[in-house]
Amino acid sequence: MGIERAELIVGCEVHVQLLTKTKAFCACENRYGGIPNTRVCPTCLALPGALPRVNRELLDKSILAGLALNCTVASLTKFDRKNYMYPDLPKGYQISQFDMPICEGGWLDIDVSGTTKRIGIIRLHMEEDAGKNLHIDDRRSYVDFNRCGAPLAEIVSKPDIRSAEEASAYVQGIREVMRFIGVSECNMEEGSLRCDVNVNLHVTEGVGEFATPIAEIKNLNSFRSIRNAIAYEERRQLEEWKGKRVTLQMAGKQTRGWDDDRGVSVLQRTKEEASDYRYFPEPDLKPIVVTSAHVERIRAMLPELPRVMRARFEKDFGLTAYDAQVLTTSSSIAAYFDAAAAKSVDPKKAANWIQTEVLGVLNTQGITVDEFPVPPEDIAKLVDSVQSGINTISMAKDIFSRMINSNMSFDALMATRVQTRNADGSAIAAWVDEVLAANPKVVEDWKRGRKNAALWLMGQVMKKSGGTADAKLANAILERRLQALQ
Amino acid sequence: MMDATKLPVVEILSLIDDGKLSSEELVKAYRAALEGDRASAKPLNAYVEFFDDAGDLARAADARRKAGERLPLLGVPFAVKDNISIAGRALTCASDILEGYTSPYSATVIERLVAAGAIPVGRTNMDEFAMGSSCEYSRYGATRNPFDRDRTPGGSSGGSAVAVAAGMAAFSLGSETGGSVRLPASFCGLYGLKPSYGRLSRYGLVAFGSSLDQIGICARTAGDAALILSVAAGRDDHDETSADAPVPGARLEALPRGLAGLRVAVPGEFSGIGTDPEVASAFERVISLFEKAGAAVERISFPLLKSCIALYYIIAPAEASSNLARFDGIRYGARVDGGKGLFSLYSVTRDRGFGPEVKRRIVVGNFVLSSGYVDAYYKKALAVRTLLVRELTGLFGRFDLLLSPTSPTPAFRIGEKVDDPVAMYLSDLCTTFANLAGVPALSIPAGATKSGLPIGVQIAGKLFSEPLLLGTAAALRGEGL
Ligand SMILES: [Zn+2]
Repeated sequence: MGIERAELIVGCEVHVQLLTKTKAFCACENRYGGIPNTRVCPTCLALPGALPRVNRELLDKSILAGLALNCTVASLTKFDRKNYMYPDLPKGYQISQFDMPICEGGWLDIDVSGTTKRIGIIRLHMEEDAGKNLHIDDRRSYVDFNRCGAPLAEIVSKPDIRSAEEASAYVQGIREVMRFIGVSECNMEEGSLRCDVNVNLHVTEGVGEFATPIAEIKNLNSFRSIRNAIAYEERRQLEEWKGKRVTLQMAGKQTRGWDDDRGVSVLQRTKEEASDYRYFPEPDLKPIVVTSAHVERIRAMLPELPRVMRARFEKDFGLTAYDAQVLTTSSSIAAYFDAAAAKSVDPKKAANWIQTEVLGVLNTQGITVDEFPVPPEDIAKLVDSVQSGINTISMAKDIFSRMINSNMSFDALMATRVQTRNADGSAIAAWVDEVLAANPKVVEDWKRGRKNAALWLMGQVMKKSGGTADAKLANAILERRLQALQ
Repeated sequence: MMDATKLPVVEILSLIDDGKLSSEELVKAYRAALEGDRASAKPLNAYVEFFDDAGDLARAADARRKAGERLPLLGVPFAVKDNISIAGRALTCASDILEGYTSPYSATVIERLVAAGAIPVGRTNMDEFAMGSSCEYSRYGATRNPFDRDRTPGGSSGGSAVAVAAGMAAFSLGSETGGSVRLPASFCGLYGLKPSYGRLSRYGLVAFGSSLDQIGICARTAGDAALILSVAAGRDDHDETSADAPVPGARLEALPRGLAGLRVAVPGEFSGIGTDPEVASAFERVISLFEKAGAAVERISFPLLKSCIALYYIIAPAEASSNLARFDGIRYGARVDGGKGLFSLYSVTRDRGFGPEVKRRIVVGNFVLSSGYVDAYYKKALAVRTLLVRELTGLFGRFDLLLSPTSPTPAFRIGEKVDDPVAMYLSDLCTTFANLAGVPALSIPAGATKSGLPIGVQIAGKLFSEPLLLGTAAALRGEGL
C-alpha cells in the first residue's frame, strides 16, 4: 500500500527579547553587546546568596505582546524554575513559566499566496535569557554574561502551520507585530528574535493514518533557514517513514540542530536523552496578581496593528496593497503617513511622496522617521500645493529639500517666496498669454468642460514665471482670459 | 578587669556608655577566649575565621562613640554563620566547593547591623550548606558543645551558638531552614529566634530551601534578641519575599496581661516516644510556670505535626537541589577539571566539592522533582504544606502560643548519629513545622540535665508575633525560669 497523503504539520516557538531598560530580574542595563561581563551583578552572575526580583516592565511588555496576539491575560501568574546545567546559565536553572503563563489562547493572521490564514497561539510566557559561551579554541572557552538575565517572551504557536512558507510568514508576522508595538527589535542577527520549529508528517496510507516522530529544530537564525529547515525535514521524514516506518508513538520527540552551511538537520537528542527540567515554582518570587484594570490600562496603549492599518489605508485612502505594506513597515512610518494623509486632499499622492521622497532621504541619511525634520502636515501641504498648481513638481522637490536643510516650515518657505514674488500684473498677463497661445488643444479641452485643464494651464504659468508669480493674481488673470475665450 | 565575655548586649552597651568597657577590650577578650580554647585538648571549633582586623574595627567604633555618635549597636561584636555574605570576606558554607570565594557584597541583614554600629568579628562553623543537625558535616571538622566537649552543639548553626555560649561574641547570626538556630540554641543554653518568614531579608544568605530559609538570632537574653531583630528587620527591595510588616520595637513592651490569660496549646505529637525523661520534666515545669502565672494551658492533638519531618525532607532537598546547581566550578569556588569535557568538569568538581550529606540531599531533591515522581512526592508535599498552614492559622485563632520542647533530647554525642541520617533528621522533629508554616518560633533555655546539659523549650506563635514570643520569654524569666 502506498502513501496517499503526507501532510506537513509545523508548530513554532519564537523567543523575542524584550526592550526593557533593565534585565528581567536585576537592575543591570539590558542592551546588546558591549565589553564582555561589564553589565553583571551578584544576581545575574548567580553569586551565593543573591536573589531575583521581577522587573515590572517585563510584565507590562509581555502583557502588551500577548494582547497584540489576541491572547487572554492571566489574572494570576507565577514563575517557575527550569533546571538544567550549562556554563552560560549561572544559576543552574532558568527562571521561566511552566503551568501559569502570563498569556494564553491567541492567534495571528497571516497572508500566504493571496489568502488569509489564522495561526493559533497556545501561550506567551516570560523567561530570562542565558549568557553566551565563547569558544576561543579547542581548549579554551569563556562565558559572557552581559546577555544573561535579559527578558524574553516565548510565543508558542499551535501546530496550525502547513508549509515552510506559512512558517516563514508566521514568524515575519510575529516580528512585525512585536516591532510595531515597540516591545522588541526582533533582530535575528543579534538574536533578539530566535525560532525553534516542531515538524512532523501525518501520513495517510489506505485506512491508516500515522504520525512521524516530531523533530524540534533549533537555532534557526534567518527566514531562509526556517524555510530550508522545514523543507529539508519534510523530505527527510518522508524518506525515513518509507524506510523505517517509525511513528511518533514509538519514538516520541527528538531534537535536531540546523546546519545552515550544509543545509541539513542533525540529530542532537532523542527522547531518551531529553533532559528532565524538574520544573517547580520559583520560591524567590511571589505569584503576581494581574488586575483587569491593569490589563485595560495596557490595552489602551495598544496601537492599531499593521494588518488592520493596511486594510484601512487600502479602503480609506485607496492605496494599493503594496503601498500599504511599504507604509506599515514600522509604526512610526505608518503614523507619519497617517498624519499626512489626514491633512491632505489626496492621500494617495501623499503616500507616493512619502514612499519615494521621504523614505529615500531616510535611507540615504540612515535616520529614522522620528529623526526626520519635516512634519507630516508639511508633506500634506506640499503635495496639495502641487495638486492645486501652486507649485510644480520640481518646485515642490526644491521646497522639500529646503525644508530638510533649513529646518524651515512649508509655510515659512512659501512666505519668503511671497516677498520676492512677482505681483507685476502686466508681466503675469504676458506669461498667461504665452501659455494660452502655446497650448490651444488644452484650451479647447477647457472649453469642452474639462476643469482640470485650467489647473494644468495654471501650472504652466507658474513654471514660466520660475515659481515667482503671485499665484492668486495669476489665477485671476488666467480665469479672466479663459472666460473671454468662452 | 571584669569578665565581660558572657554579658548580654544590653549590659555591654550600658557599660560602654558608662565608659567602663570599650569595644576594643571586648573584642580582645573574645579573641583571648578563642585563643585559650584553641590551645585546649578538645577545642570547641566555633569559628572558622576570627577576623584579623576585628580589633581595628572595634577601635574605630570606640572612636566614633567618643566623637559623640550614638547608634543602637555601636561597638557590639557579633559572630556570623559562614553562609551569610559579608563584603570582602571569605564565604564557604563549610564546603570545599566554595574554596577561595570572597563575597563582593554584604547580606542586607549584615548591612543593617553594621549601619547600626555592630561589628562582625568572625565566621562560624556550620554543617555544610546548613544541612545537618549536629555541626559535624563541615570541611573544618566538628564543633564541640561547651557543656560537654564530647557532644555536639546541635546544628546546623552550631558554631554561632557556641561562639556566644563560650563567650566569644555578644550575639550571633545563624540560619534556619528546619530548626538550625533553635536546636543549637537549646543545646547551648541560649535564646534562639527563628523569625517569621519574610521578617528578615534573605538577600546574601546562601540559599538552602528558599521557601523555608530565614536568618536567625542566637542571644543571651530575650531582650538582646528583640534589640537585634528591631535593627535587622524590615522590607528589603532585594528580597521580594521580605515582608512589609511593621518592624517590632527594640525594647520589650511588657505583655498587656503578663502571662495571665495567655492561651497555650501543647500538642501531644511532640511528647511521647523518644522524649528524654529529663527533658520531659523540664518541660512539665515550664507548663506549670505558665499555669501558675494564670495562663490557660491546653493539651491538644495536632496530627499534621507528625507529617512535618516528611514534608520537610521532601521540600527542602527539592529546593536545595536547584539552589546548589550554581556551584558548578565555572565562575567561582573550587574547580576540578576531569579532563573529559564539560560533564567531567561538573561531575568531578561537584563530587570533590560536596560532602556526603549535601550529595544525599541533592540526590533526594532531584528524585522528588523528577518526572514520574514529582506528583507523588513534591506536589503532594506542597498540598500537605498548604493544609498545615491553614490548620495552624486556625490553631493560632484559638491559641496565642504553641509550646513544646525544642528537641526531644539534650545534646547528643559527636558521632552518635552521623552515620544514621534518619536518626539525625528526627532531631528536627519539633522545629520544622515553624519553617514550613512560616511562623516565628523561639527556643528558651529551661534548665539543664543533672549532668549539666542545657534543655530548651520552644514557643511558636502566629505570623509576625515575635514581640509576643520575646515578651513571653522575658516574662517566664521573671517567673523564675
Ligand atoms: Zn544583573
